[in-house]
Amino acid sequence: MAETGRLAAPAVRAALRYGAITAVALAAFAAVLLLAGKDPLRAYADTFSYTLANAYGFSELLVRMTPLLLTAVAVALPSRLGLINVGGEGQLYMGAWLASAGALLFPGLPRWQLLPLVALLGFAGGALWAAIPGVLRAARLVNETIATLLLNYVAPLIVSYFIFGPWRDAQGSAYPQSSAFAEAARLPSFFDTRVHGGLFIALGALVAYWLIMEKTRWGVDMRAIGGNPEAARRLGLPVAAWIVIALAIGGGFAGLAGMGEAMGIHGRLRQGLSPGYGFTGFLIAWLAGGRPLGILFMAFLFAIITSAGDTLQITQGLPYSAINLLLAMILFIVLARRPRKAGK
Amino acid sequence: MTTPLISGVLAGAILSGTSLLYATLGETIVERAGIVNLGLEGILLIGASTGFATAAATGSAWLGLLVAALAGGLANLLFGWLVVSRRANQLASGLAMMFFGFGLSALVGTPYVGAVIKGLPKWRPAWLAPLPWVRNSTLFNYDLLTWMALPVAVLVWWALFRTRWGLGVRAVGESPAAAFAAGRSPGLLQYQALGAGGVLGGLAGAHLSLSLTLTWAEYMTAGRGFIAIALVIFSKWHPLRAVAGALLFGGAEALQLQLQARGSDFSPFLLEMFPYLLTILVLLAWGGARRLAAPAGLGRTFYGSE
Amino acid sequence: MPLLEVRGVSKRYGPVLANDQVDLTLFGGEVHALLGENGAGKSTLSKIIYGFTQPDAGTVQLAGEPVALRSPRDARALGIGMVFQNFMLIPAMSVLENIALFLTDLPAVVRREAVARRIREFGERFGLHVDPSALVRQLSVGDQQKVEILKLLLARARVLILDEPTKVLAPHEVEALFRVFHALKAEGYAILFITHKLREVLACADRITVMRQGRVAGGFGPGQADAEALVKLMFGEGAGAGAPAPAEPRPAGAEPILELRGASARAAGSETALTGLDLCVQAGEIVGVAGVSGSGQKELGDLILGLRPLSLGSKRLCGDDASNWSIARMREAGVAFVPEDPLVMAAVPGMSVRENLYLGTGRRYRKGAGINWRALESAMAESFRALAFPVPRLDPPIGALSGGNLQRVVIAREMAHQPRLIVALYPTRGLDVRSAASVRDLLRRARDGGSGVLLISEDLDELADMADRLFVMFEGAFKGCFARGGWQKEAAGHLMTGDQEADHG
Repeated sequence: MAETGRLAAPAVRAALRYGAITAVALAAFAAVLLLAGKDPLRAYADTFSYTLANAYGFSELLVRMTPLLLTAVAVALPSRLGLINVGGEGQLYMGAWLASAGALLFPGLPRWQLLPLVALLGFAGGALWAAIPGVLRAARLVNETIATLLLNYVAPLIVSYFIFGPWRDAQGSAYPQSSAFAEAARLPSFFDTRVHGGLFIALGALVAYWLIMEKTRWGVDMRAIGGNPEAARRLGLPVAAWIVIALAIGGGFAGLAGMGEAMGIHGRLRQGLSPGYGFTGFLIAWLAGGRPLGILFMAFLFAIITSAGDTLQITQGLPYSAINLLLAMILFIVLARRPRKAGK
Repeated sequence: MTTPLISGVLAGAILSGTSLLYATLGETIVERAGIVNLGLEGILLIGASTGFATAAATGSAWLGLLVAALAGGLANLLFGWLVVSRRANQLASGLAMMFFGFGLSALVGTPYVGAVIKGLPKWRPAWLAPLPWVRNSTLFNYDLLTWMALPVAVLVWWALFRTRWGLGVRAVGESPAAAFAAGRSPGLLQYQALGAGGVLGGLAGAHLSLSLTLTWAEYMTAGRGFIAIALVIFSKWHPLRAVAGALLFGGAEALQLQLQARGSDFSPFLLEMFPYLLTILVLLAWGGARRLAAPAGLGRTFYGSE
Repeated sequence: MPLLEVRGVSKRYGPVLANDQVDLTLFGGEVHALLGENGAGKSTLSKIIYGFTQPDAGTVQLAGEPVALRSPRDARALGIGMVFQNFMLIPAMSVLENIALFLTDLPAVVRREAVARRIREFGERFGLHVDPSALVRQLSVGDQQKVEILKLLLARARVLILDEPTKVLAPHEVEALFRVFHALKAEGYAILFITHKLREVLACADRITVMRQGRVAGGFGPGQADAEALVKLMFGEGAGAGAPAPAEPRPAGAEPILELRGASARAAGSETALTGLDLCVQAGEIVGVAGVSGSGQKELGDLILGLRPLSLGSKRLCGDDASNWSIARMREAGVAFVPEDPLVMAAVPGMSVRENLYLGTGRRYRKGAGINWRALESAMAESFRALAFPVPRLDPPIGALSGGNLQRVVIAREMAHQPRLIVALYPTRGLDVRSAASVRDLLRRARDGGSGVLLISEDLDELADMADRLFVMFEGAFKGCFARGGWQKEAAGHLMTGDQEADHG
């Protein structure tokens, strides 16, 4: 019972904080809308009816959330060790790439074999891509922020190479994409919506993240390294190994996001798989302070905001980019509120 | 066949490298002061859109250039307020600026989509025109920004390495404590660096809309801001090396276009990868012996804790 | 007339009176040594003179006029310069740039040649030869120090304070530094030379002030001092009566718990290299290691724990060759670590007491992917009881505990599994009297229970009280080994400060 008491206060505070952020941002955006000659109340009403009040609209929110949850965890887990992973984009692409390799090389396998294989490969692709900067950082050669950032550029190029080359669409379509994957490789979708199995993987990843960090001894070790690397070293923890492992696991989650997009949404490997999910995931993880529930909330919020962008473009003639301003404003408010915060 | 290829690539490299170089120079100054601006892309877009909008509205590309430079400077100062005065996380702030740039540039630029402007005037020295491989290309037929690119690079180098101000800026980037102990004001120096960097970023964006394409489209910078960030690393935070880097990165793109036009099978993607892989190798080579060519204090709030 | 005069300066930090009515007079053209062991108050005094901190009482006068030194900038403006133990240099920049950064009269466009010329000029005048274009990180530590001094000279300092400048220098570099002092003296500069090394003080100082426990213990004018008198003033009389009785570094008998034979370790940067250490710790004894800062005590502790590799020699733990064992393996084998300031070295501030108790217990409480909290808590409760500590609440973050309670938690954790060897590194530093006494009591009880204790400390009173055998360390080597009651503070003091006293044990 002392446990819940201990949880309640910070949880309440966090809820108030997220609520306050949202409220201020909504007010600020309303001002922008007014200046642009639009009706904010109409805009918000439209958003509501198209996203939350509408079953298909709601399902689209879930679709958007899926990769965001994963890329956010990809940032959050290493951040508990004090590591900064901005390589979510690249890790996502490499996960998609390796998973596609599996789908294209083993089209004949039954679903119950192919799907787990493809998921495993998706994780592995992202994990290996993140392990490179992990090793570089553990060996004190290159800072992981720079290394993960640079690898972001290379991964989409690798994917493009394969799409235009060995994996070019057998159907000969002009669109840059791979051949379609076998049905067995595709994640199942639900209720005539685009929501796919990846959502459960993403939620599972979030739960796994929470479990690992809070309930296992590995989480204790990782948090110790993040809290005081010198003490952790002196207490016998293998810090270098953990650096590589944590980045690899994070990258693996981002890789699953790539796999999800390829196997769940598109059914093939495409260019432009990610409109910045990696970076958005970074922001979500940062806003949520690495907390799992916060990540869930923030991913949902981002999903609503981006959905609103599409909706308002149609109903109000508002350019999608205005939504970018809203996002920027939310971030500015949060960023400006902390004059002295060390960490993340 | 090779002469036209080389001249074609060179011409393309110089054209597309101009904005890359300005962006890289701006970011170099900022990073030398110890700050990373991941939102450079946003700054470029703000420059491109404000420049274009002004040119379309007033008919003067020069005015557009001026406004673009100012807008870029102000935007960077806004970023500076977050990371210097509010001590916010640099990466998150940079990404916020990126979104801000996306949004603001669209808001400014959308009313002018499709407008026709008279871009920045170009000129070519008369004595060069008759040369065979120059005649049919864009070589040496440049606008002011391209002509000034090299001098600006040298100016940035001179400012950073030969003036008292530059010494202070670099000291802040290496060790704010030492700079402070020496009687400098780290915060002020960082703001000044950000202002200068923003102006250069604004100019970089303006070059795209006022000279290269003479249009405005959302996201028209196509990742150039991020390329510039990699370029800063590639050139080891040195303005003169950035020239070579801009040519290399710009050249890779140009070579790719030329090869495609010639029906070559060589994958353009492998080509595009090359500069980035080279950057990583460069970092590794430097990392082994003497850790980092990067300013030692780069991104203090960036690493989370000191 | 004196260049700088400190009168009646006092400074209190909480319960500690760091400076108590201190008087100091600096004349131009002199080297004035400020001598004292760690904690004597030297660094506080120098911070006051340099403007880092303000005294609670007393005045500082420059050329007869009282001055207000509110910040280092004030001090620098008045011509007072300081070279710290940790250099304020930018490694990636050249000598010229580092010096130029600190010049107050630097023009907007830097005239590199002019600055380089001035650097070379001063270099010539005072024997501070450095290449202005060399990068600082390429320079030896001795040369880096030269740059620091040049910085002060070119910024027109007249009073130069050097804090433990010889700590990082090789013998020939020390010689060179003294020649620099000589040249500076000749031109009227005043040098305040802060150190604990007797030999050097006797070699180069014109005037000496000895501090102990915050007060001026005594002073000597030119030519008046000798080693005996200085050591007496630095360490006080008494403690350890009786004739000097040397002890065996490695007494014959039962298998020692810890044995070092010819152990050596390399050093990087400002660390101290260890050379040829022979030591052993038996079960049921407390072995003390005395030394001043820079003697290599910390490096010795890290070597024993497995955090620093041996470059030569061997290390054995209960007979097993542990020369290459990792810290994890050493802990598994029953080696415990009690450091000063546990929040820096032995605990994670943001985590709960419970989780901190788990950390460092290795494999003992693993339960699959989780932790056997119940077993851990009961074992720790038992340990607290055995040590007669109240069991603390386990939920709060460990950072919330007071210094004494924190140290007790760390000790209880370390002692929970009957460690065979306890490495205690300045374990009572920073603790209040009661907590310090309690920690010492614990270590004694550990010893009585059969563990071996290696007590690394700078506090000779503490060591006199606790150590069954005492090693004295200086510059990375052992200079002597004594039995309990068989040494006097003076003798130890001599050895700790590098004064080789052949006939005094």
